[in-house]
Amino acid sequence: MKVRCVLVLGGLFIAMSHIALATGGRMSLPKTIEAGSSFSIQTPGRGNAALFIIGTGQALKRDVQLGQTVFFAAGSLYNAGHYLAILEGDSFTETESLDVVPASKPSNLSFLAKPSRLPVGLHAGITGAVYVFDAYRNLISEAMPVSFELSDPMGTVQKRIVVTRYGAARTEMDSTAQQGVDSFVARVAGIKSTRVVGQVPGDPCGLKMNAEPSGQRIHLVTDAVRDCNGNAVPDGTIITFTETFSGYQSTIDEPLKHGIAQVTISAHNGAVLSVASGVVMGNQIRWEK
Amino acid sequence: MLRPFLILCAALTGASASMPAQATVRVEGDNLQGSRPLQEQTGRAAMHDYLQSWQALTAALEQNRADLLDPDFVGSARDTLAATIQQQTELGISTHYHDRAHDLQLVFYSPEGLSIELTDNVEYDVQLLDHGRVKTAQHVSARYVIVLTPAEVRWRVRVFQGTKR
Repeated sequence: MKVRCVLVLGGLFIAMSHIALATGGRMSLPKTIEAGSSFSIQTPGRGNAALFIIGTGQALKRDVQLGQTVFFAAGSLYNAGHYLAILEGDSFTETESLDVVPASKPSNLSFLAKPSRLPVGLHAGITGAVYVFDAYRNLISEAMPVSFELSDPMGTVQKRIVVTRYGAARTEMDSTAQQGVDSFVARVAGIKSTRVVGQVPGDPCGLKMNAEPSGQRIHLVTDAVRDCNGNAVPDGTIITFTETFSGYQSTIDEPLKHGIAQVTISAHNGAVLSVASGVVMGNQIRWEK
Repeated sequence: MLRPFLILCAALTGASASMPAQATVRVEGDNLQGSRPLQEQTGRAAMHDYLQSWQALTAALEQNRADLLDPDFVGSARDTLAATIQQQTELGISTHYHDRAHDLQLVFYSPEGLSIELTDNVEYDVQLLDHGRVKTAQHVSARYVIVLTPAEVRWRVRVFQGTKR
């Protein structure tokens, strides 16, 4: 009877030991870590086990001695996301959750500025959008201010501060009055990214021509063609001269050369002469000998 | 603005029903503060393509085949998932993800129209398989931030990142 009792107690002790291994405490691990930082997981019980860290961002495995602390060096787990820590022993499996959040310090900006070239003087003509990433290319979803600056060659600066939402920020800028190459900079916590935006003259403004007799013909010549901000319209821009007389119409397209366009046409008494560039109309002259 | 998204919600639920995963989909009203207006058709297409990407993700992580990601993932999202698949292969494990429910919200549409960002409060089951044997199965609630960019004929996932709920 005594021997039987000892055997029963012994069996009970062994069974309890297994239960203790399986349920004697739980893994102790941080609920949240910053991407790339070191951390440790305290395992319960005794014996050997395998520790898996799995998620869509990474998959890790460590062979562990239960009861020991498992160290993960800096840089081991660096992709932000939700992970499961799975401890698997001979007779038990325990699972805990672990969130890896992006590092708080920005390291990379994805900055897209559009367009790369546009006419001067357009309201909200330039757009910029940034996504902010940490050193491990995790999108930093915590709000942070982004500084957008558009500088023209004359030193005029437009500045906007926009706070990110879910790692993204956007802005709009006016193209400036001065043609040339502008610098468009996005800056976050000392990290900056620069894009170049070319600003070209706008449509001709105040297009004006003069007419002079040239023998039996008429010589038409424009004043220097400029946009509404005084920028010279580039050579090659087509200027259209039209002569209307007695129900007939004659049209000549002439590119700008050295800032002006000129043409010599047949003279018809009473003809109406006009000048245009695209949809921009210039002055009219009635030709009377 | 709510009505289009209710329609969108219904459309996506219908699209989801045809998928093997049978995930339920809920779309919250847009939260595109100050962003470029998003056409209903564009939003619907982006969300549809994102939901489809879960099928590619599931197949790729289960079969440990990074090539299955190519139609749906690009850039860092593709690189990260491919690296995970490589790690799983080296460890002799695979994972099976089964998305059960998505709660989507559009949060950013870039002004030039070249990226859409959304959040997804997703419910999924995940199984860890070691040499084909299921070691554990868990139900997970997680929040993802997704950035989609347009490709030739569809939106592809460029950022796919879990965040704290």
